[in-house]
Amino acid sequence: METHKRTNWTVNILIALGTIVVLFPLYMAITIALKDPQQMSQSLFGLPTTWRFDNFASAIELTNFFQAFRNSALVTTATVILTLLTNSMVAYAIGRNMDRKFFKGLYFYFVSAMFIPFPIIMLPIVKLTSSLHMTNLVGLTILHTVYALAFNVFVYVGYIRSIPAVLEEAATVDGATTWGTFWRIIFPLMAPINATVGILVCLSTYNDFLLPLIIVSDQNMYTLPLVQYIFQGQFNTDYNLAFASYLLAMLPMIIIYLFAQKWIISGVTRGSVK
Amino acid sequence: MSTKRMATYYWMTIPAVLLFFLFLTLPAIQGIFYSFTNWNGFGKEYDFVGFRNYVSLFTDNVVGEAYWFTIKYAVVVTIFINIFSLLIAVGLNSRIKFRNFFRGVYFLPNILSVLIVGYIFNYLFSNVFTVWGQSLGINALSTNILGNESLAWIGIVIVAVWQGIALNTILYLAGLQTIPGDLYEASSLDGAGKWREFWSITFPLIAPFFTINMVLAMKNALMVFDQIVALTNGGPGRATQSISFLIYTGGFEGGEFAYQSANSVIYFIVIAVISILQIRFLQRREMDM
Repeated sequence: METHKRTNWTVNILIALGTIVVLFPLYMAITIALKDPQQMSQSLFGLPTTWRFDNFASAIELTNFFQAFRNSALVTTATVILTLLTNSMVAYAIGRNMDRKFFKGLYFYFVSAMFIPFPIIMLPIVKLTSSLHMTNLVGLTILHTVYALAFNVFVYVGYIRSIPAVLEEAATVDGATTWGTFWRIIFPLMAPINATVGILVCLSTYNDFLLPLIIVSDQNMYTLPLVQYIFQGQFNTDYNLAFASYLLAMLPMIIIYLFAQKWIISGVTRGSVK
Repeated sequence: MSTKRMATYYWMTIPAVLLFFLFLTLPAIQGIFYSFTNWNGFGKEYDFVGFRNYVSLFTDNVVGEAYWFTIKYAVVVTIFINIFSLLIAVGLNSRIKFRNFFRGVYFLPNILSVLIVGYIFNYLFSNVFTVWGQSLGINALSTNILGNESLAWIGIVIVAVWQGIALNTILYLAGLQTIPGDLYEASSLDGAGKWREFWSITFPLIAPFFTINMVLAMKNALMVFDQIVALTNGGPGRATQSISFLIYTGGFEGGEFAYQSANSVIYFIVIAVISILQIRFLQRREMDM
């Protein structure tokens, strides 16, 4: 068909125009972060005439950026690793024993938690974490990992049940234990779904605001989104400083996105459509 | 299967079950328990008050307004996200140049922190859109709409739609790519118009994606919290207090621990009922098509 082979320029132009709506707020954020108040009053929308990298230096100093970045990076990395190792294992045990009441019950126990809105546990969890001395990065990591189970068990079990059991039976004949079979044979086969889960957990943990807000009280443990919230008062109307700080907080994820865009998009799609 | 093998399977799950119970089931039970008391959240003593908190909830204007705001907001956000993302996905799926680049741009908002996006828009609403409103002579835009009691919710809708389109577009695109091209060729031969082609071929085939997108967008919107913190803090007055925001402020700062626990139980029921109704209704439609 002729019409299906040629570029549809009308649609192409509309799609290109649409990206302006997406990019405009980010353009504003970048240019404001690089201007000073005087340049802003001269031209709100123009590119900076001189690039004020000082804004970033002040933002780093004021908000103690590197500490917050370290906290965010630690919690995100630890949560991703711990989630991949534990959630996949739990789902494996469930997925291979769905014919048994106990495991089938567990499946529904975990998965039904997807419907529980966070606010219903928000108030008691604050009491619980403070009595267990978990109001820190370790606590954040554990909670993120445990809460991820609901969705991940759902995604992982679906995937595990598509892996033929013949592989494990062969390993069993060779004398491998269940434990050994999982780590040496099944876990490596789960690489595609692990990528999906890893990406989703990475995004949601890095950008999470509510959980750190309610459980972390020590300033040295603040994560990047929490820092932006805490410093609102001090940014006040110094928009250049505020936007430099916002950009710094978003930058690590944007850089990862630039390099792993294809991966991230296909990972997120697979995770949601499951 | 040998008992040793079975034992390993049990040990693989038991630590997770215990932690899940401790950090999710137990707090949920505690929340329900406290909802029948008058505990303020920090004192040592409390009494059982039966269903009094629940009865008060239904006559409390603050709570009523929060539910009205949240549900109105969620419905509007869900509709607009789905309209725009379906349009963009159809555009991205047609014969265009630089498709991967555009797809990458449209998905970008999904990876950004909701809170920080909110702060950026907060500035745009107060310092940029107002400038446009004044120079274009549009009254509604020439003052900050976040400061206007009757318009502030629209500001939050705009931010949520701007960011929420990203995920739903990618999901619709994935759905559109499952449709084999020769289906369209058959229909072009029949002389079917583009509009009819969309409603009679494309839409029925992506119906499952429509269901997922409606449910996802609705559930996210019903939980709105970060945007409220970044844009309005619930104001002006109480105009944009969402349910989760009210539970947070009332429960932690207002000494209403027990009362907001009751509120969160109702909130849970509302979300569960809406999700189940949505899934049922949309799946029935899927089958009709």
